[in-house]
Amino acid sequence: MQHIINQSKEMFRRSLYCAAGLCLSGLITFGQAGGGKGAKHPAATVHAASQLKLPAGFKARTLVENFGRTRHLAVAPNGVIFVKLNRPKDGKGIYRLEDTNGDGKPDKITGFGNYGGTGIYISDGYLYASSDEEVFRYKLDNDYNVVNPDQPEKIVTGLLNRGEHESKSIVLDHNGNLYVNVGAYSNSCQFKDRQKGSPGQMPCPILDSAGGIWMFTANKENQTYGDGVHYATGLRNIVGLDWNTQTNSLFVMMHGRDQLHDLFPDIWDTKQSAELPAECMYELHQGSNCGWPYTFYDQMQHRLVLAPEYGGDGKKGPDKEYQEPIVAFPGHLAPDGLLFYTGSEFPAKYKNGAFVAFHGSWNRAPEPQAGYFVVFVPFKNGKPSGKWEVFADNFSGGAEKTASGRVDYRPCGLAQGPDGALYVTDDSKGTIWKISYHK
Amino acid sequence: MKKYSSFVLAGGLFVLAWGLMSQTGKPAQGGLAAQIKRGKQVYLEQCLACHQVDGLGVQGMNPPLVKTKFVLGDKPTLVKIVLNGMQGVDVGGDDYHGVMAPHPDLTDEQIADVLTYVRNSFGNKATAVTAAQVKAIRATNTPPAQ
Ligand code: HEC
Repeated sequence: MQHIINQSKEMFRRSLYCAAGLCLSGLITFGQAGGGKGAKHPAATVHAASQLKLPAGFKARTLVENFGRTRHLAVAPNGVIFVKLNRPKDGKGIYRLEDTNGDGKPDKITGFGNYGGTGIYISDGYLYASSDEEVFRYKLDNDYNVVNPDQPEKIVTGLLNRGEHESKSIVLDHNGNLYVNVGAYSNSCQFKDRQKGSPGQMPCPILDSAGGIWMFTANKENQTYGDGVHYATGLRNIVGLDWNTQTNSLFVMMHGRDQLHDLFPDIWDTKQSAELPAECMYELHQGSNCGWPYTFYDQMQHRLVLAPEYGGDGKKGPDKEYQEPIVAFPGHLAPDGLLFYTGSEFPAKYKNGAFVAFHGSWNRAPEPQAGYFVVFVPFKNGKPSGKWEVFADNFSGGAEKTASGRVDYRPCGLAQGPDGALYVTDDSKGTIWKISYHK
Repeated sequence: MKKYSSFVLAGGLFVLAWGLMSQTGKPAQGGLAAQIKRGKQVYLEQCLACHQVDGLGVQGMNPPLVKTKFVLGDKPTLVKIVLNGMQGVDVGGDDYHGVMAPHPDLTDEQIADVLTYVRNSFGNKATAVTAAQVKAIRATNTPPAQ
């Protein structure tokens, strides 16, 4: 009985989903993920460059392979690439890649910084990079060489790292402010993390020092929580974030909570749990509260619902008002990179729109996994102006690999080059692609 | 996906046959085959989300359950991982940023069954865990501080 009710509810939700116009992209992406019948992927040659599927006119070139856990990257105005490794390789956690002979591939590669991490950003003659607890900056010369690689200034220190959602992503605005994410070391702020039956803590104490964005002064050393501004809260974990120069505001991609079915099998079946909650894009302003852990966004009902650890039943709304997302994607796809495209190389529709790199799911099991692609969201006047679409696909290496989650590559970082090309990293094997457009 | 499950099935049958032949201790209720079957059910409900259908886990998040020193190692340590959870320990030289929640609400039988399933699946071969062993280990276990 319960099963039948769930099924029809699911169908109802699906039709809502289609009515919202997301059906087509859903079908394209997830129809394949089911495996079994349907178009078989042509003999999968695991070759990083030829593997990616791109819209007509776009071409991917592999710059490096097997480089380590390459997370975020930044490209300087002269084309020099800086990439942050999650774990140091040969004792170096940051690499500078330069193409000195003009063949398009980096041939001069130097490393520095003995710490792992995720965040990296270039601003005003400095390279900023984060470990999982601190943010450093390095002075750059006119050729974007690091002036003193062994003596960075320590800008922020003492950020919380409890192993879960540990990466500190960073971005700067144009007013000398540095924004840092501190992820919540928890799924839904239960007294006992991820333990069935354990209620949510009220208020959630984690939010004091994590689950939000902190703003610091970009040129002041040794700041910690007390020196910064607690800019936004109610954000479970942000990895992808970017400053939108059109709106002059911070945009972030939140990783939604896991395990709705595992923890509340009477409310959500495995299919619903694979899709819910939405992975959300938010535009943040000082004081934004996006509601984690008390609420999550149900993209099938198109509204926020109360989290089950706080008395939610999948239908009840949240206890108070929280900020709503501006784009809601299917669940668990794990958005790790966000980039607003300001270049002129790509066709006009891409200008000022957002690219999002989805690392790919694991929390959809036993349902097929999904993601492992870069999507594009068109924007007009600082607002999404159409449906999102898959831009770069097949990082996984085929529908079967997507479904099982045993994939070839997992997209993570995004950056724009001075020529307007899009750079994408993969942090499972250590690949960097450059995607260009030629009419 | 389909290929995958038939592969797992074939592997399972092989392991099962092997297990039946080499089983020397006191057989679990209904024999080893039945215990593995029950254990698989517990695995699907309690462990699969993180460690995945194939037991290979998720890179950087949840470790594989394939021939690790914990899966094949001493039973008290293994049983206590299920009872108390685990976090911040390198497995096979890699770090994992997921969190293994404690599962104290599982019965002795369920823990014995699921661990016997894990120890005889995904390419693992190790002796069965009995409910009596879990009971004894639980009796000496200090649950983690709140
Ligand atoms: C919420 C996710 C999650 C669930 C559910 C889960 N685990 Fe784990 N498990 C982990 C993580 C993460 C670690 C490693 C933690 C670390 O490295 O410190 C782990 C570690 C282990 C280990 C020791 C390391 C290894 O790979 O050998 C075993 C054994 C294990 N889990 C078995 C189980 C069993 C059996 C179940 C079901 C009863 C289960 N786990 C449920 C996430 C989970």
